[in-house]
Amino acid sequence: MEYEVIIGLEVHAELSTKTKIYCGCSTEFGGDPNTHCCPVCTGMPGALPVLNEKVVEYAVRAGLATGCEIARESKQDRKNYFYPDTPRAYQISQYDLPLCEHGHVDINVGEMSKTIGITRIHIEDDAGKLVHDGYTGGTLVDLNRAGVPLIEIVSEPDMRSAEEAVAYVEKLKGILEYIGVSDCKMQEGSLRADVNLSIRPVGQEKFGTRTETKNLNSFRSIARCIEFEIARQKEVLESGGVVLQETRRWDDEAGEGYAMRTKEEANDYRYFPEPDLMPIRLSEEYIQNIKDTLPELPESRRARYISEIGLPEYDAGIITSSKHLSDFFEAAVAVCGNAKSVSNWIMTDIIRIAKDKGVEYNELPFTAENLAKLIMLIDKGTISSAIAKKVFEEMVETGENPEKIVEAKGLVQISDEGAIKEVVDRIVAANPQSIADYKAGKDRALGFLVGQCMKEMKGKGNPQILNKLILEHLNK
Amino acid sequence: MISKEEIKHIAELSMLNLSEEEIQKYTVNMQDIVEFANKVNSLDTEGITESAFALDTFNVFRKDEVRESFDREELLKNAPSSNGEAYSLPSMMN
Amino acid sequence: MKNICELTAHEIREAYESKELKVTDVVKAFYEKIKVDDEKIKGYITLCEEEAIAQAEAIQAKYDAGEKMGALAGVPIAIKDNMCTRGVKTTCASRMLENFIPPYDATVIKKLKDAGAIILGKVNMDEFAMGASTEHSAFFKTHNPVNLNKVPGGSSGGSAAVVAGDLSPISLGSDTGGSIRQPAAFCGIVGLKPTYGLVSRYGLVAFASSLDQIGPMTKDVTDAAILLNTIAGHDEMDSTSAKLDKKDYTKALVNDVKGIKIGIPKEFFGEGVNSEVKEKVLAAVKTFEELGAIVEECSLPATEYCLPAYYIIACAEASSNLGRFDGIRYGYRTKNYETMQDIFRNSRSEGFGEEVKRRIILGTYVLSSGYYDAYYKKAQKVRTIVKQNFDKVFEKYDLLLTPTAPSTAFDIDSKINNPLEMYMADLLTVPVNVSGVPAISMPCGSDSEGMPVGLQLIAKHFDEETLLRAAYTYEQNREVQ
Repeated sequence: MEYEVIIGLEVHAELSTKTKIYCGCSTEFGGDPNTHCCPVCTGMPGALPVLNEKVVEYAVRAGLATGCEIARESKQDRKNYFYPDTPRAYQISQYDLPLCEHGHVDINVGEMSKTIGITRIHIEDDAGKLVHDGYTGGTLVDLNRAGVPLIEIVSEPDMRSAEEAVAYVEKLKGILEYIGVSDCKMQEGSLRADVNLSIRPVGQEKFGTRTETKNLNSFRSIARCIEFEIARQKEVLESGGVVLQETRRWDDEAGEGYAMRTKEEANDYRYFPEPDLMPIRLSEEYIQNIKDTLPELPESRRARYISEIGLPEYDAGIITSSKHLSDFFEAAVAVCGNAKSVSNWIMTDIIRIAKDKGVEYNELPFTAENLAKLIMLIDKGTISSAIAKKVFEEMVETGENPEKIVEAKGLVQISDEGAIKEVVDRIVAANPQSIADYKAGKDRALGFLVGQCMKEMKGKGNPQILNKLILEHLNK
Repeated sequence: MISKEEIKHIAELSMLNLSEEEIQKYTVNMQDIVEFANKVNSLDTEGITESAFALDTFNVFRKDEVRESFDREELLKNAPSSNGEAYSLPSMMN
Repeated sequence: MKNICELTAHEIREAYESKELKVTDVVKAFYEKIKVDDEKIKGYITLCEEEAIAQAEAIQAKYDAGEKMGALAGVPIAIKDNMCTRGVKTTCASRMLENFIPPYDATVIKKLKDAGAIILGKVNMDEFAMGASTEHSAFFKTHNPVNLNKVPGGSSGGSAAVVAGDLSPISLGSDTGGSIRQPAAFCGIVGLKPTYGLVSRYGLVAFASSLDQIGPMTKDVTDAAILLNTIAGHDEMDSTSAKLDKKDYTKALVNDVKGIKIGIPKEFFGEGVNSEVKEKVLAAVKTFEELGAIVEECSLPATEYCLPAYYIIACAEASSNLGRFDGIRYGYRTKNYETMQDIFRNSRSEGFGEEVKRRIILGTYVLSSGYYDAYYKKAQKVRTIVKQNFDKVFEKYDLLLTPTAPSTAFDIDSKINNPLEMYMADLLTVPVNVSGVPAISMPCGSDSEGMPVGLQLIAKHFDEETLLRAAYTYEQNREVQ
């Protein structure tokens, strides 16, 4: 039977505020366990929360960047449940009056473009971390992350494949980076997704029973988990079973999802308005102000790269998908002025390097300025493209200024015709057979001679001049 | 009318163990108290909005400025069990 | 001169200034009396004698050096044991927090220390402030100093008893549904519940966040004003704290109520109220009239819905506020566990007392799926109506005058097995918390058993001045009546 897959995502993004949502403790990643903590974020008796104003601003920014309506009246609610990573036994979240609602983002999958609806964006606090204690075999609680601000972005069930889901998360990640509200470091868990998925026979109107797989923190695991869950639900249905509504976890190492053991009564969260925090009322002026200061979004940058800079659509799309990459591009172009060349370097080498090293584009081992300098060395004829590749590899290793690398390693291109002629004369004289071959119509012979000369010159000969001089010989 | 089963369910939600005797007692208590609480339902509240607060204040915010965190030792001092760096618990794996 | 322990805070403070008394002598006198009389009253859970005497010496040195001293410099005070005191046990009279030593001071404690007050110790209460008799303390029952067979009221029963029994000149209590005013009435002292938001709740172990408020418990109205001066004020650590200019409440201590309009809400004199109590309160009404106040009967029609709405809201919030006591970061942990679930369940089941569990169960019930709208939401609507009722009467009146409690102090153990009957003790005090307005309880005579009767004055939001002025005037004139 043919099935239709229905996917909705809940994406949690940690906001890049300096302090936690309800206290002045630092949100800095890392740090010894329980050193970014105070009575408020450890849920001490008597401690009270006070809302960080930046959290509201960032959530509104995210809402505006995804076409949401911003609530003029909003409030925070308690979600009550017992878990050792949740120090007050309630999470402060938003229940019926989220800050943002009814937005959307557009995604591109292959040639197809599609709009994914955003149901809501609300603010809440993150939980602490449970760590296995290798010494005792027990569990340790680290509350450094407890109280780090999150936005939860809930999508409509608009996605139909793993590809669409990944494109949607990539798009959201790009937008959040652009507007500077989250650093979206998936490996640090600052962007993670819960996947709600159901399948139904094509043509059936009623939705199937959905499962929720929690806490996926890479594009790869999102895609794999979705493929796994689709296959699993198909198998269940085709063997005559029913899909259970359940919460699941994904084991990325095993490449398998599994159902979490839960008690049914644990699902009554008893939401009620948080009595320690006052309601939020946003004025038109406040919202307009954020709208006015919203930075350029990926869509508009992409359009500009195509129309003003003349980049191919595909390249423009790739470069603008990440704010860091796009910022890198712009910074390099600002120095060297050669957008085409910067774009080529990004498409061929830089994306590969970032992937190999597993770093974000703002963590590359070299600066945009140095890439620009490298391009200028080529454009001025100081080095050849072939040499440039070597210099680039050196930059990747050391982060050194390309001018210095070229100088230190004596890689400056030889463009002095006299010096090149001396080598050419010698090589040609030593290879009479090649001349005969060339004259007999074997073009390969030219390449052979150029190669020999370059070898002799340790790759530093100016290729244009070299070519010209050899041809002069051959055509004598 | 509140039942023993409901009391058991509520005790589960509240993370409380109740003995049979306690369940019996709380069920009787709760029947009285809930009946009393039910009085609110005899008041006409048509068109009335809820008040979570006695005062009509809003937008109480804090600046995003880092304050020094607490000394870890101070925070862990009250923990029934810790390894000096973190609160410790039996394994969560089972 | 009176015995040291019978003095008010302002009398003690004046005696320091005039060098009639030394801080160390005063502090020592109180500890000597505590050692004798607290055997019977049982007000204190924890004494801070060493720190208090060291502090007394330091403050005395400053007096001797002629430094300008704070309003409470060297004045002893007792603190209800639900306010966090850095380095001093804060138990909430619960097994759960029997050994809890907070790493921080509540904002009120900070303010008291800044003003030079000396904390004598932490006093008894109903566990987590849930009760009206201080019989729900996990440790021991406190006795009413007026008659040791009677309860001191609650939940701030320890705070009331130590002031009434001359074991501290002043104390702090907290009031969620009457927990300052009712014990003040039962013990014959002054208890002020400020407007919600006037005093910071930071560091007060929460019972019901939208209702809790800290306030002074004192021998006279002047002390209430002085103590309020010290503890009131905006606190950036409490989102519900009001941003208002600082006032000097002692300026309101004016012996004059001429022209002040006082409403007598008829619903507060209904059948649930003891006739002797009514009689004494109505006599006080007459005094106010004679002093030139304009007195009229008025109505707060939603009053009868206040008590059920209060219990729904307070228990709902409490069920959530008390979730944090899970045996992980602080407080009691069961000895009997293998799994995490065991720690949660057994620690809470063994650590909380019966009344606390009862309220957690009620609160969880009214918030649970299927009941939320019928109880919690409905109660929040009742709150709106009650607020409207108060707004309306305060368009016409400056103050309301009622009894504080439906009866005088009852016998120890007489109501302990009937929770609902115990809840009725809050009947006349909860409307004030539900609407957030300030109120004061002060003595207005005694019943035939010699137990004090309290009258309650209620003012509009943040009008503590009118409240204090009327209370002061009554206090200055009642003896001569």
